[in-house]
Amino acid sequence: MPPDTRLDTDLDHRASSSAPAPPPSEPPSLAPRELARWAWRQLTSMRTALLLLFLLALAAVPGSVVPQEGVDSTRVAQWQADHPRLTPVYEWLGLFSVYDSVWFSAIYMLLMVSLVGCIVPRTRVYWRGLRAQPPRTPRRLDRLPAHRSFTTDAAPEEVLGLARERLRARRYRLRRPTDDASDEAGDGSVSAERGYLREAGNLVFHLAIIVVLVGVAMGSLWGFRGSVVVVTGDGFANTLTRYDEFSAGPFFDPDDLEPFDVTIDDFDLTFIEEGRQRGMASQFRADVTYRSSPDAEPEQRELAVNHPLSVDDTDVFLIGHGYAPQITVRNDDGSVAYSGPTVFLPEDTTFRSFGVVRVPDATGADGERQQIGLEGEFYPTYFFIRGEGGGPGTAFPDARNPVVSMLAYGGDLGMDDGSPQSVYLLDKDALEPLTDDEGKPVRVDLALGQTVDLPDGLGSVSFDGLSRFVKLDVAERPGQGLALAGLVVALLGLLGSLYVRPRRLWVRAERTDDGRTLVSVAGLDRSSGGDLSGELDDLVTRLSPTPQTPQEQTP
Amino acid sequence: MTHEQFEVLSNQAVAACAVVYFLAFLAHMAQWAVGRRVSVEERTLATAGGPETTEQVAAYPDDDAEPVMRARRIGVALTVVAAAAHLLAVVARGLAADPERVPWGNMYEFTLTGTLVVTVLYLVLYRRYRLGWLSPVVTGFVLVTLMIDVLALYEPVVPLQDSLQSPWLVIHVIAAIIATGAFTIGGMCSLLYLVKERWESRRPAGAPLGGGYLARLPSLAVLDRVAYRTHAFGFPIWTFAALITGPIWAHYAWGRAWGWDPKEVWAFITWVVYAAYLHARATSGWKGRSAALIALVGLATLWFNFIGINFFFGSGSQHSYALELVASVTTV
Repeated sequence: MPPDTRLDTDLDHRASSSAPAPPPSEPPSLAPRELARWAWRQLTSMRTALLLLFLLALAAVPGSVVPQEGVDSTRVAQWQADHPRLTPVYEWLGLFSVYDSVWFSAIYMLLMVSLVGCIVPRTRVYWRGLRAQPPRTPRRLDRLPAHRSFTTDAAPEEVLGLARERLRARRYRLRRPTDDASDEAGDGSVSAERGYLREAGNLVFHLAIIVVLVGVAMGSLWGFRGSVVVVTGDGFANTLTRYDEFSAGPFFDPDDLEPFDVTIDDFDLTFIEEGRQRGMASQFRADVTYRSSPDAEPEQRELAVNHPLSVDDTDVFLIGHGYAPQITVRNDDGSVAYSGPTVFLPEDTTFRSFGVVRVPDATGADGERQQIGLEGEFYPTYFFIRGEGGGPGTAFPDARNPVVSMLAYGGDLGMDDGSPQSVYLLDKDALEPLTDDEGKPVRVDLALGQTVDLPDGLGSVSFDGLSRFVKLDVAERPGQGLALAGLVVALLGLLGSLYVRPRRLWVRAERTDDGRTLVSVAGLDRSSGGDLSGELDDLVTRLSPTPQTPQEQTP
Repeated sequence: MTHEQFEVLSNQAVAACAVVYFLAFLAHMAQWAVGRRVSVEERTLATAGGPETTEQVAAYPDDDAEPVMRARRIGVALTVVAAAAHLLAVVARGLAADPERVPWGNMYEFTLTGTLVVTVLYLVLYRRYRLGWLSPVVTGFVLVTLMIDVLALYEPVVPLQDSLQSPWLVIHVIAAIIATGAFTIGGMCSLLYLVKERWESRRPAGAPLGGGYLARLPSLAVLDRVAYRTHAFGFPIWTFAALITGPIWAHYAWGRAWGWDPKEVWAFITWVVYAAYLHARATSGWKGRSAALIALVGLATLWFNFIGINFFFGSGSQHSYALELVASVTTV
């Protein structure tokens, strides 16, 4: 049976030797000072850290089940509409933004405090240990979990000399003989230790985790993130009002927005025409012109998925695209009441899209001011199936046969009172569907280039052209580089703390009664997965003059 | 060869390697079955020492007996052959796509590569840790997982989406796959540790060990150590995959490094649980049984993240590649 499968060298001194002693299970009924000390020891104990780790894992779960405000606010709204009774409870618990909630923050803050409380004393211990000598050779080497012994004709000094040489070559630190009479100088033994970097790695890892948290915190306190829809040909200037969606940290100052602007000159994409992925968009990219400030030279480049544009500290990402049909609404007298590319947001992968046209200042037949709203869908490659279960649809996401199909409304668009509302939805509270002579709602179905008249002398609607839009995400995250650096350092520390094997080895050579030399070799592995048999066997082979199998003894 | 031919080749190689894994599994079953025949008396005779020594030696009653050795050698040789066919299946899968790409575009491909990593890790560590006792578990596991993969997760070869076309895909996914393989092997050891621990605690003192699988498993300390080492191998790689390369890629592809997407949440949970495992192994009162349990919890979160998220949270996760990028536009 192989020795390595039998020896249990798993004596972990890493945690127990340097961490604070196990705290008493009950608080002492003493002065506040003692109580505080007791609480601190509880908090910084490994057990508490373990519990906090479990709590952290557990607390992260709800965020993957309940839709999160910061991830997808539309889904949150939908969920809240579906569960009106649960919503207040969930809101009170902060379940819609778990990772900003008080209890989640409390757990990781406690974990950090516990970490600091554990790391600081350990750094002190480590600092002392780093300069200390390897410990004295134990009296009974055969009591150690891994040990070997053999006899040889060589003199004890000779064996010890060889051992020192070998151990030094293996980068062990040796205990220096001292004048102290009780020390090994007269003892005939060698004491050696290596693997000091393990604890260093461990400390570096934990300190780096704090750096990572600081980096992340900087990002969420001073950073921002916004998204904006830009029609091809249009530009986008980095000002707060231009964003469709914007969220920023509490310390973010809108004046700090970098004054760059981006123009989408062209947007190009290819749809896969055949095969299993037919209809999948691929290789979409935008040609953009940007200026880092209004006075700067315009520069051109390509913006694509995985290739964001960085202007100073702000990154611009291309994250989506869609269609913007050019719709014109004319009054009865031919004057233009509304014109321009209108963003229709895709509803699914076929690019069947939804959008609204709001005409606040149309003129009726009588010359009165009229408000008109159009709401409906856009189909890039339109088809219509008649009969039961049929209806309009799109056969392909590319614009082969583009059609808009909208219902027309008249009345009050609700834009005048200045209350905020979505550009992409029609507020129908004060709107009535326009009807034709038979009283049926008017549907405006337009293929590219077509014009349809509205009833009651309200003019006409035409579909003059088709543009595309892109959705850009703009974000600035200060501290992101710091977090990344922290993670890389943490990983290096982790490697050290897992793979460096701290161990102590002792060699003792004694003259026996028959004039030979009894050599005992023993070791202590101080990592948690260690196995010293290979190391010991190697040493024994080096020290014994003739090849022999070392006597192995179990404790 | 055309892309279609490569796809057929890949599918055939999967079938072939599954057959060979099955044969290897049978060979290892034979290895353990043959070993049982040795009578108890023989062993007691051979080891008339103290009670401890008896147990230690009896743990491997006849592992060097010729029929056992032969079955073991056949099993390992077959596993090597199966791994070669498995590798061919993975490579052909990548060549089957047009344009050629790394074969990690969907769950089928991830599982196909992940099981290969399990086999390769097992073969690499076989000598070093004397993993003979793990053979039936590994071959059986890989066989069953491949079956599930082909039956439930199979998807035809398709090109990668734009957001997946990044060098970070290669780095991030291969690291995640290797870590998953290592954690899976570690989990097997922890599971065997728990089973053996229970068996040992229930066995009346002084009862004959028998020549069964559990009796012939290495001691608890060794199981624990192998489990620890595979986990300690996997953990930094998981850190690298989930917390470093993942965020970097997400930054480029989606415009945010960490967005608490369900997949990211569970990758984080897995990381925290395995961190707890490493801490537990160094904490008195948590060593051994509790640590092994934590390792299994970690494995459960890992596999849940891989399979569960895609099925349960499919539409809500950017990592479920069923929906295109357009999905994010609708949230304006």
